[in-house]
Amino acid sequence: MECVGLCDVVLNLGVRNQELARFLASLIGVLLVSGVPLLTVIILILAERKIAARIQDRIGPNRVGPYGLLQTVADLLKLLGKEDITPTAADRILYNAAPIISFGSVVLLWAVIPFMYWNTPEGAANAVVGVNLEIGALFFVAIASLGTLAIMTAGWASNNKYALLGAFRVVALLVSYEIPLVFALVVPVMFAGSMSLVDIVEAQSHMWFVFMAPLAAILFFISSQAETGRAPFDLIEAESELIAGFNIEYSGMKFGMFFAAEFLHVFTNGILMAVLFFGGYLGFFYKAIPPLGFLWLGLKGSLIYFVFLWLRNTVPRLRIDQVMNFNWFFLVPVSIINIMVTSLILKVMQEMGYAPTVFAESSLIGILPLTIVMLLKDAIIIGFILGRLGQEGRKARIEATHAEESLAAAAAGD
Amino acid sequence: MTLEQFAPTGVLVIIAVILAFIILMISRVFGPHKPSFRKNAPYESGMKPIGPANRRLPIKFYLVAVLFIIFDVEVIFFLPWAVSMNGMGWYGLVVMGFFTLILIVGFIYEWKKGALEWE
Repeated sequence: MECVGLCDVVLNLGVRNQELARFLASLIGVLLVSGVPLLTVIILILAERKIAARIQDRIGPNRVGPYGLLQTVADLLKLLGKEDITPTAADRILYNAAPIISFGSVVLLWAVIPFMYWNTPEGAANAVVGVNLEIGALFFVAIASLGTLAIMTAGWASNNKYALLGAFRVVALLVSYEIPLVFALVVPVMFAGSMSLVDIVEAQSHMWFVFMAPLAAILFFISSQAETGRAPFDLIEAESELIAGFNIEYSGMKFGMFFAAEFLHVFTNGILMAVLFFGGYLGFFYKAIPPLGFLWLGLKGSLIYFVFLWLRNTVPRLRIDQVMNFNWFFLVPVSIINIMVTSLILKVMQEMGYAPTVFAESSLIGILPLTIVMLLKDAIIIGFILGRLGQEGRKARIEATHAEESLAAAAAGD
Repeated sequence: MTLEQFAPTGVLVIIAVILAFIILMISRVFGPHKPSFRKNAPYESGMKPIGPANRRLPIKFYLVAVLFIIFDVEVIFFLPWAVSMNGMGWYGLVVMGFFTLILIVGFIYEWKKGALEWE
């Protein structure tokens, strides 16, 4: 492994030993990577509160600092000054480990996200990225379920009945929504022919995957909303039923960690969706001015994050049986069918020569036939689903009217 | 080579955990520390907790977890296949088709058996 990227910079700064330079480079890179989410979370919490306020026709925090910009800082200081309580009934080690796992896992997710384009010599990643893992997508799946585990641990270790009920629901909800999430993730991996997120972004340089697999993007969007435990899937912390759900026994900074982890997880999912389906750092002049790529990524991620928030603040919470049936009877079958049809069409078109085998080395014209066919396929599947939903809805409405009529008739008969 | 790839990830794991730990430690140092019996009791809306909270779970939660494991393992087979689809040609597609067929048959069986139903 030769010394490239940041390592080269460190070598030029005067460090003679290559091993040491590599170690220093990875240390600096990792510190930068973990610094980004820590800074963003402060902005995110304020943004979320402001947007939620706007949707609910309020003003939102506007007292601390200009336009309430320092509200999160004030909240952070307040949380830091709170008493650190461990309930007597709780399992001390697990109880204290859960917030650390929860927060740490979200910070870890940022390791594989490519931030901007960087021209490096042969054999290295063409992007600024914490670690260009060959199994980036798999790493994401694994670490994301670590967050689920943290929530489960918190609920169990609190030794509280409400928290335990929250933990039950985590087992049911977060765990089962992981299946459509990963199935949707397979589609971009299939197109790019690689699990490395840098390669996935490179493969989109002529056509974003959202145009080739809109259905997979929608599935990914819905299941990542459920994975973060946001409305309409926020059963794990349903205030009206479970008070606070899994984090009921947590107070002070331990609660703050869960809070920050949740907000950051939503934004990370937005960024990840931008990377997988919306071309990541690709945009105008991303090669000429690399920092512009960072801006594009942030812009796309923020827009998706905004839609997450919008959804959260407009739709009501679902019942647990509705949520579970929606997953097992709708999302899972649709995502399996989507993968099979997509792979079949991709293979057939590649064998017939209408589609490139390596997307990054193709051109817009070369990739256009595949895009049109994929778009048509998704339109047919989505149209079929919408048609079925319309039928079901009509049936339910007719039944409801009949029931009402018979009730009215019975009342008139009395 | 492949393991060396993970070295920065390992560093990041350590840093993430230490970071979270430091934040918790700050709050422990700066916050007051006056524990009392009532404060440390489990919070159950002001009621006295009856019995331990670590009770047995309803079986349906286990069922969902078991079903999840089956599907998750299958998903893990999908990912490497998706990566090497180009190299395997028609053979890979047909073999994976059989694999998915078995998966779908199992899924339909679960569906008809009512294991996926949530009462």
